Amino acid sequence: MLRLENISFTVDGDVGRRDIVRDVTVEFPDGFTVITGPNGGGKSTLAKLISGIYTPTSGKIWLDDKDITDLSITERANAGISYAFQQPVRFKGITVQDLIKIASGRKIGVSEACEYLSEVGLCARDYIDREINASLSGGELKRIEIATVLARGSSVSVFDEPEAGIDLWSFGSLIKVFENMQGKVGGSIIIISHQERILNIADNIVVIADGEIAKVGTKDEVLPGLFCGSGVCSILENKI
Amino acid sequence: MDQIQKNLLEQIADLHDVPAGAYNIRANSESAGRRTTANIDIVTKEDKPGIDIIIKPGTKNESVHIPVVISESGLEEMVYNDFHIGEGAEVTIVAGCGIHNAGDEKSRHDGIHTFYVGKNARIKYVEKHYGSGEGTGERVMNPKTVCILEEGAYLEMDTVQIKGVDSTDRITEAKLADGATIVVSEKIMTHGKQNATTTFKVDLDGVDSSAHVVSRSVAKDESTQLFISEVNGNNRCNGHTECDAIVMDGATVSAVPKVSANNVEASLIHEAAIGKIAGEQLMKLMTLGLSEKDAEEHIINGFLK
Repeated sequence: MLRLENISFTVDGDVGRRDIVRDVTVEFPDGFTVITGPNGGGKSTLAKLISGIYTPTSGKIWLDDKDITDLSITERANAGISYAFQQPVRFKGITVQDLIKIASGRKIGVSEACEYLSEVGLCARDYIDREINASLSGGELKRIEIATVLARGSSVSVFDEPEAGIDLWSFGSLIKVFENMQGKVGGSIIIISHQERILNIADNIVVIADGEIAKVGTKDEVLPGLFCGSGVCSILENKI
Repeated sequence: MDQIQKNLLEQIADLHDVPAGAYNIRANSESAGRRTTANIDIVTKEDKPGIDIIIKPGTKNESVHIPVVISESGLEEMVYNDFHIGEGAEVTIVAGCGIHNAGDEKSRHDGIHTFYVGKNARIKYVEKHYGSGEGTGERVMNPKTVCILEEGAYLEMDTVQIKGVDSTDRITEAKLADGATIVVSEKIMTHGKQNATTTFKVDLDGVDSSAHVVSRSVAKDESTQLFISEVNGNNRCNGHTECDAIVMDGATVSAVPKVSANNVEASLIHEAAIGKIAGEQLMKLMTLGLSEKDAEEHIINGFLK
């Protein structure tokens, strides 16, 4: 289980110091946790703090009772944390197979790579030798990104808006990926999303706004009040 | 050939033994083996060092290997190899040079390869350069390649210089007739205090001729690289040159493009991208469990693959 304890993250910008995340304490038990909330509220920052890309200004991060706050990105990955980027990175010359091989941490054959790719609706035959460069669409890159996390089979997997840009592939299929993943790998699956259908599969929901936890609880506790009382004007609210 | 020469041969031509098809192996400025076939003849030049490779019109699915290995410190040579490729031939040519310098004197191989590619012939030319040896003597290679493409001819050129060459000044010149195409892919890695200069000069003289030149390079340590390209569009044609470089440590890379449209129907593009490895690429591979150093290696290996 992953636990954040009094995590804060402050940056120095042009307009002075700014708190991006403020004193967040939250647990991510095994199962699905969906982090949601308004844009700019600190959700992606939280994902980067978990994966080690950002180092918290203060607070502690625990993974199964081990303090991982000071571990590097690599050390956290090897301790069992995976992170699917919101905007997948492009490479020149590195192929889909190379990336899945690196992700799995061992030599894998085409048939095993095929297993991960078919899971995200891609035919290995068409993709295995493709370079992860601009010749792939945003949606294809996004699905490959998800496949690399599947290949890792970590105890904590963080997906930053996995549904964004997914093309010609239904939401239902994406949700099936997460459900299969929980069946096969288990562990904590943390998904950052605004989508109601993803929120619907959550065991727990964490709402982040203005860098703080606005609400946390089971789906039944949080979901009903989530889409009302958001403070938008009545004209907009009537159209939502 | 001794073991050092055999190792060099393996590095530059993936050869463990003599190749299939026609070949000419040059070791320490002497012939170390030659085979000709019914369609491919290899003749020693009489007026200067080098060979003529004559490929009969219509020759299909054959290959020629002409590797050069130097294991003697202080040896310097200049070689002229001319390829006469007959109409409609489809052949793969594998060249390459490996220098092992265990001494403290400079070893140098300069070569001028001239390709006369006949009408509608299709040629794939592969060239690898490699240096090894613990000596302080420099390993120098200055290859010049001249390509004259007749109507409808197609030349694909893959050149690689990955390791151990201290100094290289590489010149590639091409002249294309109607409908001819040249596709060049160059990979260079320099390290230490090495220096590499590569110059492309392409004259697109024919109607619908086209050139596509891509140079990918990595400069490490204190090494320097200079990429010069000159493409002249003298007719209705397409020209594209691209210099894509990763610069590391204290290395420097310069790109000097010149594209000239001398005809209103000429379409020419130059692209250059030089910079360090993108931080997000390193980060992505680190989130998959690689150390920063291993991530860097994967990115470079992929880039130069």
